[in-house]
Amino acid sequence: MKCDESEVMLHALIDGELDAGHARDVETHVAGCAACGEKLAAFRTMHEVMIAAPLIETAPAHLRNRIEALMATPASRVVSIRQFMQPTRRSFFGGFAMGSVLSAAVAASLVLAVIRRDQDQTISEEVVSAHIRSLQAGHLMDVETSDRHTVKPWFNGRLDVAPPVVDLTAESFTLLGGRLDYIDGEPVAAIVYQRRKHVINLFVAQHLGRRHARTIADSIQGYNVRHWSQDGLDFWAVSDLAGDELDEFVQKITSALQQPSRAS
Amino acid sequence: MADDAVAEQERMRTFQAAALPHLDDVYTLARYLMRNTQDAEDAVQECYLRALRHFDSYRGPAMKPWLLAILRNVCNAEFARRSKEELPTDYSSDEALAEEMPMWQEPQASPEKMLVRQQDTATIKRLVAELPEPFREAIVLREMNNLSYQEIAQVAGIPVGTVMSRLARARAMLRAAWNAAETTTTRPGPAVASGTAP
Repeated sequence: MKCDESEVMLHALIDGELDAGHARDVETHVAGCAACGEKLAAFRTMHEVMIAAPLIETAPAHLRNRIEALMATPASRVVSIRQFMQPTRRSFFGGFAMGSVLSAAVAASLVLAVIRRDQDQTISEEVVSAHIRSLQAGHLMDVETSDRHTVKPWFNGRLDVAPPVVDLTAESFTLLGGRLDYIDGEPVAAIVYQRRKHVINLFVAQHLGRRHARTIADSIQGYNVRHWSQDGLDFWAVSDLAGDELDEFVQKITSALQQPSRAS
Repeated sequence: MADDAVAEQERMRTFQAAALPHLDDVYTLARYLMRNTQDAEDAVQECYLRALRHFDSYRGPAMKPWLLAILRNVCNAEFARRSKEELPTDYSSDEALAEEMPMWQEPQASPEKMLVRQQDTATIKRLVAELPEPFREAIVLREMNNLSYQEIAQVAGIPVGTVMSRLARARAMLRAAWNAAETTTTRPGPAVASGTAP
């Protein structure tokens, strides 16, 4: 990567908009380029100062009241501001076209692999749905075994990635088996664990949501969701287990994956 | 008829629950686009009026960028109506624009000025308000409204690649002004000449 490219890309890095591959490219360049490294540090500091500062304005009370009054008026009687609020005011908003408010197709010159932020939300919801489905339909496992050396090969030929399967029995997370599932229209590996009566579905795929440096926590419909990226794979853990116990599970998985002998 | 009234009330409630939580975000963008409080408030009200009218056809995406896009249209139309010279945001070429922007050429700062110094909130707001369009808008949507690049692209009606280059330029300008500004400067900027903050 060259400096002029990095100068644009480092902002996407700061804003968490890059996928793992592009993020690595920028980081590699910045590590070897003092000028870009300095820029990244400065812009990151500026960004952090700005998001920490209370920059959002509070709408004044009289404006809020006006808007609320607007909503209390039947739609048929709602008219534009110049007749409704300020009859004497000059034609303030006269003659503007609504236009296409949000054109459906954002222009195609997407030169960079930028991933939508709300994609995570969609996938969170799908992951929770898949978790619920797996419990309801009596289809929790395609391969039912506590032997990680059986689970992992089962995915061979069913997926284009080999999901790591970790045995956490010693940490009282029992491996129940594995299942092929579909998230966002793509086949993913679902590895099923249990603690006490609580089932944990761990979904693993190559591209499933945005890449994050750290674990993202969410809670949907009473289910706890954790999402992180590791070794080029995306992981989504879902369970009705308490948040801190699911965090413990995530922590065990991530540290086991850092020791190759523990995962197969 | 009673059923219609109930349905209408239900629709209003739905709209209110979806749209009202974003009022501060909409108002904030309006303050930076309109540059005076009265016009900003009128634009916000017009925005909500239009949103209410079009709410039946709203199918997503997220409510916040949808509202901000409407607000932006309202503000741009008002500028267009007032004066074509003032038209602030529909540049055909960012590249041509950037050439007119000497601040894109970062000053040769001394090493201690290379990083970012601490600035208070009032100064940050003033510096943002002093940025030229369309860079001001890009910064506000990103750092204040907290939109993703995709959402900024939708609101501003530009490709994501343009969002990235605009933000890079906007931040470079802002950083230069930021480091040049005295922290003690507290006088309000042009966008904040009257009324409350920014």
